[in-house]
Amino acid sequence: MAQVKTINRVNIIENGIIDIPMLQILDENGALVDEATIPEISKEVALKIYDTMEYIRVLDDRMIAAQRQGRISFYLASTGEEAAAVASAAALGDDDLIMSQYREQGALAYRGYTTDQFMNQMFSNKADPNKGRQMPIHYGDKALNFMTISSPLGTQIPQASGYAYGQKMAGKDAITICYFGEGAASEGDFHAGLNMAAVLNCPVIFFCRNNGYAISTPSEEQFAGDGIASRGLGYGVKTIRVDGNDPLAVYGATQEARKIAITQKCPVLIEAMTYRLAAHSTSDDPTGYRSKDEEDKWRAKDPIVRLAKWLDSKGWFDEAKNKQKVEQARLDVLASMKKCEKTDICDVDEIVTDVYHELPWHLKEQLDGLKQHIKKYPEKYPKTSGRVK
Amino acid sequence: MAKMNLLQAINNALITAMTENEKVMTFGEDVGHFGGVFRATSHLQEKFGKGRCFNTPLTEQGIIGFANGLAAQGSVPVAEIQFGDYIFPAFDQIVNETAKWRYRSGGQFDVGSLTIRTPYGGGIAGGLYHSQSPEAFFAHCPGLKIVVPRDPYQAKGLLLASIRDKDPVLFMEPKRLYRASVADVPEEDYELPLGKADLVQQGSDITLLGWGAQIEVLQKAAEMALNDGVSCEIIDLRSILPWDAHTVAASVMKTGRLLINHEAPQTGGFASEIAATIQDKCFLYLEAPIARVCGLDTPYPLAHEKEYMPDETKTYEAIKRTLHY
Repeated sequence: MAQVKTINRVNIIENGIIDIPMLQILDENGALVDEATIPEISKEVALKIYDTMEYIRVLDDRMIAAQRQGRISFYLASTGEEAAAVASAAALGDDDLIMSQYREQGALAYRGYTTDQFMNQMFSNKADPNKGRQMPIHYGDKALNFMTISSPLGTQIPQASGYAYGQKMAGKDAITICYFGEGAASEGDFHAGLNMAAVLNCPVIFFCRNNGYAISTPSEEQFAGDGIASRGLGYGVKTIRVDGNDPLAVYGATQEARKIAITQKCPVLIEAMTYRLAAHSTSDDPTGYRSKDEEDKWRAKDPIVRLAKWLDSKGWFDEAKNKQKVEQARLDVLASMKKCEKTDICDVDEIVTDVYHELPWHLKEQLDGLKQHIKKYPEKYPKTSGRVK
Repeated sequence: MAKMNLLQAINNALITAMTENEKVMTFGEDVGHFGGVFRATSHLQEKFGKGRCFNTPLTEQGIIGFANGLAAQGSVPVAEIQFGDYIFPAFDQIVNETAKWRYRSGGQFDVGSLTIRTPYGGGIAGGLYHSQSPEAFFAHCPGLKIVVPRDPYQAKGLLLASIRDKDPVLFMEPKRLYRASVADVPEEDYELPLGKADLVQQGSDITLLGWGAQIEVLQKAAEMALNDGVSCEIIDLRSILPWDAHTVAASVMKTGRLLINHEAPQTGGFASEIAATIQDKCFLYLEAPIARVCGLDTPYPLAHEKEYMPDETKTYEAIKRTLHY
């Protein structure tokens, strides 16, 4: 039972008493904020964060165009929010598990996911480790400790608590990081996951990208409290709010959160304040629910430009070389796309594998029936009929 | 061998599994020091520590979400949902996450080590929310296994097999038998196969099919029918998903008649799936329509529990109707 102080007058606590400040290290012009403490960051890591953000911008732009051309069925860009995923992933250890939502391709790229790997998944071809079963951007990679993404929002939050508990019990020197947006934080699974992590002392970082919108719903219609960060305190979870467009603030906060999670065996909540400059997805048009002025205001806070200026001030930035790198990335993405879109999809047999560890009788029967049918009407199933045995 | 009731057999299976493998963990609401509201997890916290047997906050979606994560990590979670009636807040985690984990990742990740234990079924004056039999909701979900024992011997063998199985298993315990059903149970480790029906009694005139606590009902109805000279074959399905159509079809080809009994409501109940499949596989052997003796298509009532239940008299009547068709 909690120790409760008594008072002798009715005193309803006003909403707004919690007003959590935001950590900022680089201002909007990429200059150091007065008396800011710069996190311990090597030149190598700073440049890798920068390059990864640039790469994701290139990939996102190209793949939105590819979706418009009808080459892939769906895409979700992270434009404007690259720092949140990339700089946080940079502060992790290789053994830390990443559980993400669907706008954290930057974290995956930072870990070393290749352009071909991105493409194989998006084109649902037979080189896709998901065997072409999931929609584009539902990445996952066992070798990189990146748990396969699923569409239902918030489900990964209590899962991350469980995964982290398992890591702790197994004596692993690793944590779990769980990404989600401020909209997903309205799901019951957010409540379940944070409360369980706090009560069961799970070494997990909950990383919320608060980008102002859940599809068309602005955050004022999502919650009435002080964002997501204020909730952490209610669960007894250590909490910090950071400027999500400031790569140094995100990196520094995640570094510290990881240290706390791993040494104190407890969860930490990070709320990164950012803005979704992109449409929600290729199925969405934001002009119907927000103004261009608002978007422009945030375009000026671009995390990529901000980090470039700071790198430049350190003498670590070579503009000509950077331009070349970006151009090369564009060419690589295009070449990889051309290659991967031509790769076949899996054999039809894979439609029934991995449902269970072993194929049960009813799935064998259903597969046999399907193959007989395809053999009879091969022209109706051109992607697989040539390979049906 | 030791005399055990169903709860003691479950407790014994959990002890066996946790002793053998330190990755096995049991958790849920009140399962810790208290040992569970039915005492299925008695003394596990004392034996294995608070790290491996613990209470969770009161959140079913959280329990199963947490269990999914633990299983994906490589632990062997045995999560308890206090009553089958309260599994629905976790429906999304079970159906969209647990069941699809391996498929959606192309086999890179899985939660196959997960077992979800939950008491189910009526007959204890439990009203709407302490009586439900939700198996058919989950039988529509590829990727899950669903297992229901009928007595203590089955419970231990099937639970051990479920915990060690490489697929996630929903293990449904007939709570009206928790203390009522007592049997000789081997103290040593043993497993019973998942996906295999059990021939409880041989007969030649009609096949009676059921699972869990309803097997007792089928046995009583078969005795009543025997007085009329009717020979009933009784099959315990044991696994709802995947289910053993082969054993059921072989029996129906012999008897020519089938009656399926379950407590859950008739419409959309698992008997419908069985009836459609057997009709397809045994069309030329059936001498009467397949009979379903189920709960009514109502919420589970309190005062009218006796009237609601697909009991032995209703089953006996249905046997007669089928034989005289």
